[in-house]
Amino acid sequence: MEFLSDFSKTLFTTCRDVAPVLALIICFQLFVLRQPIPHLRRLVSGGVYVVIGLALFLAGLEKALFPLGKIMASQLSDPVFIYGTSEPVVVADWTAYGWIYLFAAMTGFATTIAEPSLIAVAYKANEVSAGTINQWGLRITVAIGVAFGISLGTFRIVTGTPLFMYILAGYLVVVIQTMFAPRSIIPLAYDSGGVTTSTVTVPIVAALGIGLSSTVPGRNPALDGFGLIAFASLFPIITVMGYAQFMQWFVGRRTAIRKEDDNEI
Amino acid sequence: MGLFPVGEAMAHALALKGSLFWLMTFAFALGFSTTVAEPALIAVCGEAADIAAKGGLIESSRQSLQSYALGLRLTVAVSVGLSILVGVLRIVLGWPIHYLIISGYVVVMLMTIIAPAEIIGIAYDAGGVTTSTVTVPLVAALGVGLAASIRGRNPLVDGFGLIAFASLLPMIFVMGYGLIVFGQ
Repeated sequence: MEFLSDFSKTLFTTCRDVAPVLALIICFQLFVLRQPIPHLRRLVSGGVYVVIGLALFLAGLEKALFPLGKIMASQLSDPVFIYGTSEPVVVADWTAYGWIYLFAAMTGFATTIAEPSLIAVAYKANEVSAGTINQWGLRITVAIGVAFGISLGTFRIVTGTPLFMYILAGYLVVVIQTMFAPRSIIPLAYDSGGVTTSTVTVPIVAALGIGLSSTVPGRNPALDGFGLIAFASLFPIITVMGYAQFMQWFVGRRTAIRKEDDNEI
Repeated sequence: MGLFPVGEAMAHALALKGSLFWLMTFAFALGFSTTVAEPALIAVCGEAADIAAKGGLIESSRQSLQSYALGLRLTVAVSVGLSILVGVLRIVLGWPIHYLIISGYVVVMLMTIIAPAEIIGIAYDAGGVTTSTVTVPLVAALGVGLAASIRGRNPLVDGFGLIAFASLLPMIFVMGYGLIVFGQ
């Protein structure tokens, strides 16, 4: 019974979230385009799937994943676990937080693989590129980027170095890569930064950041607690462009070798 | 996938109608309406208000907390609406994306220098949380559908990139919001 009431609550909030979008689409279709909605039946059944699927997904996350993630984040950043004593430590020692970095990287990787928005974009990219962009390749590349980003972000919280330095350096790398990366991948790479952080990633990562910054000595949650999501949206841009550059180099080298072989014959 | 056909059909129909005004209105309304109800954004704004109150930046009364969180949400929603609008304009006019994004980065860095330190982390994060499960398929389909309907546009090169704007502009706007709220 408890599950049913939880589920109907999630279903209600999902409907509320989807309602403005639905109203917008219907208004435009009827008043601006003045057309009947195409494939009405398929659309309605698809819409119902979206709402029920999202509600089930969110209910499952809230039941199982979020509490687990939050508990793990607070346990791992507990001073007793890290320093082995409950005495207050004045200066944070960044080498003592190895498990945190590992946990952050694994969380980033796992939540990104599970992210529905990324699945949707990978599907679209595969379709538009006529199969040259592999869905799994894109998802794994993005997940590696997020894992690295979040891990670096926790390192920043522990050391307390200013956020904008990292972001500035990241931007510089992105700008330099943009000059050399294949033209067709650039918009997709920029997009993959934004899509990584949504339903699954944000709550867990935000909890990790705020939990960590309130336990590490000398950190202020208002100044240091935020910023992990910014890392998670910056690094996938770099890894996706890097992946495209690597593939271009790899394919180019293979054709060059083949040419040499042809010449020898 | 029920959302992709909707987005693409609408983009196609709007492109055929040929009215730039309605296309822009649709783009803005889509960005605004999908973001304002976004659960991740609501959660982050609430958290941000709590922390700002604890830090003594705003009054810790319930009313001021709520107005701060609501202001943050509306700021982000307006900026996402604007960024979808700019992104659609880019697809229609065929501007190269990297000049826009790089100049956006430059603005972010300039704003970071003048914005209050307490808002910077939240502002950077606001860029990431805006793009949700409902927004992404619709916006991606809008871009790809639009690029496929306009002659001379390649869906892969021109169709993507809308989400990139949606994660860039909120940073600038939230820092502006911080300047106004904390600057008084």
